[in-house]
Amino acid sequence: MRNPNPYEPYPVRIDDITVETEDKSLKTFKFVFLNPEHEEMFAYKAGQFAELSIPGQGEIPIGIASSPTEKGFVKFTVFKTGKVTSYLHSMQVGDIMGLRGPMGNWYPWEILEGKNILIVGGGFAFTTLRSSIKMMLDNRDKFGKIDVVYGARSPGMLLYMDDLKEWEAQGKINMHITVDKTDDPNWKYHQGFIPPVAEKVAPPASDDTYAIVCGPPMMIKFTMPVLDKLGYKHDHIIMSLENRMKCGIGMCGRCNIGKELVCKDGPVFTLDQLNQMPKEY
Amino acid sequence: MSYIRIAKASWDGGLEKARKAYELIGPVPEKDSHKYAVLAAGQLPDMGFKSTKLSPKWVVFPQSEVMFEYTLDESKANHHILQEVPAAPGARAVIGIRPYDAKAIQLTKMNFDNKDYKDPFWLRNYERCTFVGLAINEPSSTDFSTSCGTGPFAEEGLDVLLVDAGDAFIAKVLTDKGKKFLSEAGFAEEAGADAAKAVEDLKAKAEAAITSKVSYNKIAGKTIMDLYDAPFWKDVLFGCINCGTCTYACPTCWCFDIQDEVKGTDGVRVRNWDSCMTGLFTHHASGHNPREHEWERTRQRFMHKLKYFVDKYDAGLMCVGCGRCVEQCPANIDIRTVCNTLNDF
Repeated sequence: MRNPNPYEPYPVRIDDITVETEDKSLKTFKFVFLNPEHEEMFAYKAGQFAELSIPGQGEIPIGIASSPTEKGFVKFTVFKTGKVTSYLHSMQVGDIMGLRGPMGNWYPWEILEGKNILIVGGGFAFTTLRSSIKMMLDNRDKFGKIDVVYGARSPGMLLYMDDLKEWEAQGKINMHITVDKTDDPNWKYHQGFIPPVAEKVAPPASDDTYAIVCGPPMMIKFTMPVLDKLGYKHDHIIMSLENRMKCGIGMCGRCNIGKELVCKDGPVFTLDQLNQMPKEY
Repeated sequence: MSYIRIAKASWDGGLEKARKAYELIGPVPEKDSHKYAVLAAGQLPDMGFKSTKLSPKWVVFPQSEVMFEYTLDESKANHHILQEVPAAPGARAVIGIRPYDAKAIQLTKMNFDNKDYKDPFWLRNYERCTFVGLAINEPSSTDFSTSCGTGPFAEEGLDVLLVDAGDAFIAKVLTDKGKKFLSEAGFAEEAGADAAKAVEDLKAKAEAAITSKVSYNKIAGKTIMDLYDAPFWKDVLFGCINCGTCTYACPTCWCFDIQDEVKGTDGVRVRNWDSCMTGLFTHHASGHNPREHEWERTRQRFMHKLKYFVDKYDAGLMCVGCGRCVEQCPANIDIRTVCNTLNDF
């Protein structure tokens, strides 16, 4: 059962704050529900988002970075950019705020089970991909081969370094980490932009292989031709969009792309679906 | 279907009686036009009004509505936790709402009351209302309601339809809510056997007076991308200055914003009318704007009303033909022309 008033946030306490990147523009907030029943009501799937609600400031839609298999808390990684995110970055462990959701659809796990998965992620769009990877690792036998291509501008801009190292060490998925450029002589991963790395390491296209692509517009623009060249069908390429939002539940009319509402009908769409929609994102 | 005759001489007294059970809302003069307002004690609706600049959509969807209250004072219990503002008590009767405005509320209900979510604020406003409509005997030249699934005597969304028959209103009782209103007002005189015919005659006359029409029979058969990419948009919308008048005047426009406002340590979360005509409506925090140009916002508005809504709900246009936007647009942009252009494309 969920809250009958979909505008009313669940009260949460900030339990932990992690600075993720060397420029301190990204922090991960770990929230604990004040009322344990609300954690049950907040049951979510990897790929969904929620509204972080700060009384006196406003609300922001942010992808859920924790995995449904991680219990007792929910995590969000937030880039400091506007009014609410700047305020959030100044908040402290112990502060009370709200969480409204979960919202939107999710990566289509019902289809993805049993398939090979290629994940291509760039920059701070990696949040719901972290949720997805963690969830797949905790259900490893349900998926085929998993390849993760993840890149950032520099080593210090990579999110979730501890997770990345652990996943690599476990060897249950193939990690392909890259940075645009580094002068670190001990850097043992790829150097260069994401699309050429993806081209090199991506599994061959097949009916049983799906790509999940999430990142900045430039990365997407140059990754699409690569996936095309590799033969990935457009209904096998899955993406997650962002648009300015307020309500998050399809009421306020703000985030539409054609007749689809990013908050409710999305944020996850296949490239096949996006091809039929205006480019208003 | 029962008909009640309300002699105009007994109208005012009846409304005074109804006040005991209802807060009354009705048309009152404002400058050179009329508006729907909550009627103060002793104030009566001007039932001879022609039109209103704004529709009574604010009754269910106020221009500004406080949703939650909270305190930021950490010495108080429940600080930083939002408390839903309780619903206003009591029933309301919306007197003199036009049939197309009642239809518009039914169209917007599809947005606020759907299988996934129910908007508790919209619904509690809606549920306390009894809609006592007033048929339009003499439609204006910009009225094209009959081609939008409604009309000057349409009944959808109404609890009572009043028809001005000279020295009396003939009230067509449409729902139990309507029956209750008439009983509270003491309107109980059964209209004679000729009432139904009198109403039908006035209806036929009013409908015949509407010569302005739109066609949309071919719109559903075209793809969104065909219409979105059509070459005529920049020409059709060239004059639009994105003032947003159409979005506020429109009875079917429902877009809103949510804002926090704080005074000292007391805060509220408020929902306000918003408009897809403004750049900020879609402006991302990154600076990117998916609808960067003015004409793209105007295209969005027309596509939403004439295509996206049609495809999403299969309930016709999201336009009731009231003609307000046609009358009030400072750039003379006419939704009838846009609709027919889309249909013929």
